[in-house]
Amino acid sequence: MAEKVEFELVSPEKLLLSQPVDMVVVPGGDGDFGVLPRHAPMISTVRPGVISVYETRQAVSQRLFVAGGFAEVTPERCTVLAVEAEPLEEIDRSATEQELRDAREDVADAKDEHEKAAAIKRVTVLEAKLDALRFAL
Amino acid sequence: MASLKELRSRIASVKSTQKITSAMKMVAAAKLKRAQEQAEASRPYAARMARMLGSLAAGAAGGQGPRLLTGTGKQEVYLLVVATADRGLAGAFNSSIAREAARDIERLLSEGKTVKVLCIGRKGRDVLRRNYASLIIDTLEDVSKPRPTFEKSDEIAQRILNMYEDGDFDVCNLYYARFKSAISQIVTRQQLVPFAVEEPQEAPEGEPAAATNNVVYDYEPDEEAILAELLPRNLAVQIYNALLENNAGEQGARMTAMDNATRNAGEMTKKLSLEYNRTRQAAITKELIEIVSAKEAM
Repeated sequence: MAEKVEFELVSPEKLLLSQPVDMVVVPGGDGDFGVLPRHAPMISTVRPGVISVYETRQAVSQRLFVAGGFAEVTPERCTVLAVEAEPLEEIDRSATEQELRDAREDVADAKDEHEKAAAIKRVTVLEAKLDALRFAL
Repeated sequence: MASLKELRSRIASVKSTQKITSAMKMVAAAKLKRAQEQAEASRPYAARMARMLGSLAAGAAGGQGPRLLTGTGKQEVYLLVVATADRGLAGAFNSSIAREAARDIERLLSEGKTVKVLCIGRKGRDVLRRNYASLIIDTLEDVSKPRPTFEKSDEIAQRILNMYEDGDFDVCNLYYARFKSAISQIVTRQQLVPFAVEEPQEAPEGEPAAATNNVVYDYEPDEEAILAELLPRNLAVQIYNALLENNAGEQGARMTAMDNATRNAGEMTKKLSLEYNRTRQAAITKELIEIVSAKEAM
């Protein structure tokens, strides 16, 4: 198939990925969705999880962890605005585990409602991040 | 005329000042390069965010959107977020931002509104504290040290959001200097709350910007849920963007200011050296005349 999706992954710090792909699977707020060329226009939230990039139809060429964000899909393009994104192979398991422990402590120590909500959010993200590591080799 | 010794010490002091200013200039130039790169790297995100928000806001226009989009319905209490640098010696950079903010404070006060000021950066606070000390609710320092991060901006955004939810203000404006070049920074006032649809600054290269504007999107889970998440995020992104622009602008302004100072110091040394040499020669001539006339008298 000649048609491709222009996939872009952007974090506030930089443009992480911008390339034509055959398919990309995004962890949407209401469940994962795959984007193929000529997808109907859509805007979706992204939950913490793994984005799988299929450069060719046969196999996943790259997996990246995203900590949430938004995705915009048009027939030609798929743009993911990530809060935080990292290729799976760059995630440090022990560092993440440590962060998770710290975040859990923060939940316990939180002084007010806002602080607690922020810490709980952090824990969810980190749990998803650790969970994402099962894809890594 | 100053004595030779006085002139010598003045020349020495101007020269050592010059060394400092030229070192500061070089440091600023190096930092400017990084700051500029960082500011440029963040632009794709901001541009795409603006595009998404634009299409969402257009869809929600007139309807009952979240309060961040529609406002509180009042315009009584203003929160001015004034972002400046933490350090001075950057020409008119800090004072021009503070001046713009001060002008608006005056205007709003004369209209009978309540004004609250949140300073980001020490220098802006120092200027505003002189006349409006009672209006400043807090100052955030060293947010851009060693460089602005998104987490930091998110914290600031969160704080503003919490204040908004508690009903502490109706309208929030952000003041910062947009980086144009090393010699030119444009002081910008941007309305953060309620969200104002802005013209997209510039379409990223190779982007069919116009073509995507009229597409009807499906929303997942639904429009309101997305807006509820997107608007606070947008706030953080705008603040982040402002901090980056400010950071680049500060370095640019400092580089220019220090370049001028170095040049002025150079001129000053030249002038002083000339005077020094003249004085020295005059002294020698005077001594010679004395010797010659003494000889003739004998």
